[in-house]
Amino acid sequence: MLELNGISQSFGGLKALSDVTLSVPEQRIVGLIGPNGAGKTTLINIISGLSHPTSGSITFAGEHLHRTAPHHITRLGIARTYQNIRLFGDMTALQNLIIAQHARGHASLLDAVVFAPRYRREERDLYQHAEMLLERFGLSGVAQIAAGNLPYGDQRRLEIARALATRPKLLLLDEPTAGMNPAETRALGEQILRLREDGIAILVIEHDMSLIHQVCDEVYVLNFGQIISHGTPNEIKADPAVIEAYLGSDDDASA
Amino acid sequence: MDAVLTPLLDILRPIGITEPVLQFMLVNAILGVSIYLTLHAGMFSLASAGFMAIGAYVGALLTQQSDWPLWAALLGGMAAAGVIAVPIGLPTLRLRDIYLAIATIGFGEVVRVLILNFDDIAASVLTTLQGERVRFRLIEGARGIKGIPTLTETWHLILFLIVLGYLLTRLHRSRFGRAMAAIRQDETVAANMGINVVYVKNMVFILSAVLAGAAGVFSAHLTRIITPAAFGFDKAVDILAFAVLGGTSTWIGPIVGAMVLTAMPEVLRFLKEFRGVFNGLVLLVVIVYLPGGLVNPAGWSRLWQRLGRAQTASPSPSTGVD
Repeated sequence: MLELNGISQSFGGLKALSDVTLSVPEQRIVGLIGPNGAGKTTLINIISGLSHPTSGSITFAGEHLHRTAPHHITRLGIARTYQNIRLFGDMTALQNLIIAQHARGHASLLDAVVFAPRYRREERDLYQHAEMLLERFGLSGVAQIAAGNLPYGDQRRLEIARALATRPKLLLLDEPTAGMNPAETRALGEQILRLREDGIAILVIEHDMSLIHQVCDEVYVLNFGQIISHGTPNEIKADPAVIEAYLGSDDDASA
Repeated sequence: MDAVLTPLLDILRPIGITEPVLQFMLVNAILGVSIYLTLHAGMFSLASAGFMAIGAYVGALLTQQSDWPLWAALLGGMAAAGVIAVPIGLPTLRLRDIYLAIATIGFGEVVRVLILNFDDIAASVLTTLQGERVRFRLIEGARGIKGIPTLTETWHLILFLIVLGYLLTRLHRSRFGRAMAAIRQDETVAANMGINVVYVKNMVFILSAVLAGAAGVFSAHLTRIITPAAFGFDKAVDILAFAVLGGTSTWIGPIVGAMVLTAMPEVLRFLKEFRGVFNGLVLLVVIVYLPGGLVNPAGWSRLWQRLGRAQTASPSPSTGVD
């Protein structure tokens, strides 16, 4: 479904990513792990169109993404969350989900001015879908509360709900469990697994290995901008290169 | 309309608001909405004065030289401002915050200087084209256009604002309006939500320019005379002050701000030369104590709580729930 081929990205002299090749097949949950500064978020930014790679190619559902604008990428069916929560804080939880369906709607300003049937039907659909998502993520009770005032866990889940509101085929999750306790992490993991059953492919960046084990079909390990390992969670765990990247080699330890 | 207007003016006249004052309050209210639109989409644009100048000059030429009726001149002025907004917006709206403000101030100055020298430029162009000396006088540079017919009526302005108010309430319940709000809060995330940020920003800029153009046409047909100096940097800052005083949390804010700031010097005539000082003072007090502007319920309730705390000097056993 998503294919990255030889992606490199450099900022000035700094090479953030070099020759990253990765694929997310349909209906699979793929993990992306790596130490801080390895280039994970840079990669998500590239896939979601916020920055463009220096070289390499991206194809999504058969379409070539070359310097494609972020809103086009969303319309093609890629949605994302952010490592640092970036909800529309002044707006209610419900409004956040309405805005995320922007590309689903077609009613123009004129339709809204004259209350065209098309506008009214569309608004009803948008609100229905938003309420369904709120319920699914246990947020119905806080629908009318400003997103910025919600408890942290609710904000995390609302961000995932908002990404889903764009009705993606591929979901990019950037550290979805950051700051959550083990019970919350486990519950979120179950929700992620249910998304796969709905036919959504997922690329998840995570530090929490328990979540990776719980949900991922396969895992890529990124270190210093390069993929150093790829396999099932258990294979990754046993790979000496991965252990070295996280814990340092014996040489480092004795130095 | 007169049945409503006459008693209204009877009430307002004793406090210094005569019909001409009311007319300028209403024209400035349109300008308040013009800057509100850009601010509501997160764009700090000071271009409204420049677009007002374009509307005023185009409108005045259409009625005075071509004998168009006011409504047609109004559409002409609005269209001219909107068309010019396209090539201005495309490059400048890539800028953010203070950089956009500077660029749009620059636009205003370019408009002013172009109007100032328009006749000379046109004359020299015509001279080179025709090979002989041509005299060209159309918009009279710094002297301004005189003797514009006073076609604007108070009810025109009231009707315009009523229609505008309706459109604004609908805007906020439309996809487009929600996209504007999203862009103001976080442009990057808005793009990731599937919103075409460049398109929305440029459309808002055009709409804002069209409104400023309308205000220009109306005001030219009130004042009888227009000069480029009336649409300079001072005017751009005045318009910004409307939004600051009224607040931009709703579209009513800038309208109230514009009307209050326009009426105040007239109401406070007894202060004589200190009227300007008072205007500044009111602005300052609002910025300090009501940062969200006059039309902002949350700001008033915060101020109310502050005052309440100040009165009960000792720490009261308040519930602490709010």
